[in-house]
Amino acid sequence: MSDNQTSLTPNTREIDITKKTVKMQVSAADKIISTIIYILFSLFAFICVYPFYSIIINTISANDLSAKGEIIFWPKGIHFQNYIDVFKIPGLGNAFMISLGRTVIGTLLTVGASAFLGFMFAQEDMWGKKFWYRFTIITMFFNAGIIPWYLTMRSLHLTDNFLAYILPSVVAPFFIILVKTFVEATPKELQQAASIDGAGIFTIFYKIILPISKPILATVAIFSAVNQWNSFQDTLLLVTDSKLYSLQFILYNYINQASSLSTMVNLQNAGSTAMATLATKQTSTSIRMTVTIIVVAPILLVYPIFQRFFVKGIIIGAVKG
Amino acid sequence: MRSQSMRSNSFRKFLYISPFMLLLAVFAYYPLYGWVYAFFDYTPPIPLSQSEFVGFKWFHSLVENQVKIDQLMQVIWNTFGISGLGILFSWLPMIFAIFLTEIKAVRFRKFIQTVTTLPNFISWVLVYSLAFSMFSSEGMVNGFLHMTGLTDSPTMFLQSSEHVWWTMWAWATWKSLGWSAILYIAAIMGIDESLYEAAYVDGATRMQVIRHVVLPSMMPTYFVLLMLQIASFLNNGLEQYFVFQNAFNKDTIQVLDLYVYNLAMGGGSYSVSVAISMLKSVISVVLLFSVNGLSKMLRGEGIV
Repeated sequence: MSDNQTSLTPNTREIDITKKTVKMQVSAADKIISTIIYILFSLFAFICVYPFYSIIINTISANDLSAKGEIIFWPKGIHFQNYIDVFKIPGLGNAFMISLGRTVIGTLLTVGASAFLGFMFAQEDMWGKKFWYRFTIITMFFNAGIIPWYLTMRSLHLTDNFLAYILPSVVAPFFIILVKTFVEATPKELQQAASIDGAGIFTIFYKIILPISKPILATVAIFSAVNQWNSFQDTLLLVTDSKLYSLQFILYNYINQASSLSTMVNLQNAGSTAMATLATKQTSTSIRMTVTIIVVAPILLVYPIFQRFFVKGIIIGAVKG
Repeated sequence: MRSQSMRSNSFRKFLYISPFMLLLAVFAYYPLYGWVYAFFDYTPPIPLSQSEFVGFKWFHSLVENQVKIDQLMQVIWNTFGISGLGILFSWLPMIFAIFLTEIKAVRFRKFIQTVTTLPNFISWVLVYSLAFSMFSSEGMVNGFLHMTGLTDSPTMFLQSSEHVWWTMWAWATWKSLGWSAILYIAAIMGIDESLYEAAYVDGATRMQVIRHVVLPSMMPTYFVLLMLQIASFLNNGLEQYFVFQNAFNKDTIQVLDLYVYNLAMGGGSYSVSVAISMLKSVISVVLLFSVNGLSKMLRGEGIV
């Protein structure tokens, strides 16, 4: 059984690069190269992490210090008032529910559709299979453009409509390719045996394909959840009703305000007026950073757990090319 | 009799997927119909049916006087510049992957890989928020420069119109470098072990192994990705440039997608922006097919 298990998932091997490093004599030049590699990679890793770290320490530091940009490495005057204040912002709770709602519903539908379509496109006999598969894949490379898309959405009455967040992303070509590749790599006999036992297409899908495809479906789920959570453009184009604002959109408005405010200050830059504006901005800086943390938190929390998982997923896709 | 039941079975399978194909038709293919707006004098809220058919007027209007030509040329120049920088440095993820796999300390390597792929998972709005917190006039970088006494007045990193292409390239690279390297890491793991051993027996140094074993094995992957990148030369996307645009950098940051958006949503010129959208999509498809043809010619297989 255990042998069978591994052969079901031929592509999900552990990424282990060590086996590729053949032992060679270490010369002085090699040592220098190694050192440079270590330094460069450490530096880049620092650049990748520091922005997140610095925002976190700023949100819990004394607001006047963080507004002056003085919190660099360690938090000073630790407090959590910003987080309490942020939860009192009107509309933020609603935006959170919108973002959460579209992420949960959108992800469920996308995963379901990707699994089903990936499975169906792996079937040998389907009327016009080749055509419909191309019909699906071509949309990855070709689109009408954002304004025609916007006009279509408007004519379908999908502006200021929650469904606009969900429906366009249900059929996702890339995820379908991932599932199709995965299903095609599983032994045909499983499906054939079930079919001989009288199982219909839905039974095969539900009882056989869904359970064995769990790893790839988890990958699809994470990707699609991240996409939904991060989505900003659809709110920007399609939504004017503040009840449907997503968290990303609220955050953008905050920074945009702050950014134009700081432009004004820079333009005037005549001591007293600048100071006056700065006074009103002190809260806005830390509140903005706190909202940022709230928007990025779900990803930061999920990321370490699933990172290895979706790296495997993308490699399965890469094997297909 | 039997073959007929098989045929009806195969049609039934199509029926199961037909609702999804309908969704695709509506959201990916039906918008193409929106291209007709480019041929009408359309101003909302007057419906298209009552708008006047104007033929190629809007396409002409793009180049009707020097001011408009200059504007469009600047936008195309920006698009080419920013995409060009991306292509110029398209080898970076490959080099990143090669040297990452050279690291022998497993924990360190896994740590680097985990950490450098993280930025790929945040939105451009969040990237901009980070950028603003770090580089605005009251941001940490200016705070640090002020504290250490390196500068007296804050430097306007985000409001500068100079180096916009480079900063946009830098943020895009920051966001995607670690992630793009994963495909190459997969390719490196596919390299036949015996090639390494042969090189080792021949007394090759580490750099020689990289040059003669690793790099050649990566070329197919690099080539496919490069072709895809060239095919989407005009599609820089909207979000990154939208969030980073401001009154100061507008001239150098407007790529085609942003220009189209600003024309329609800012200026209400739907017909003109649809005309540009349309030209852009057509050119993109031509690019894709040329690159695909080129790939078939050079490597014997297409990329699409």
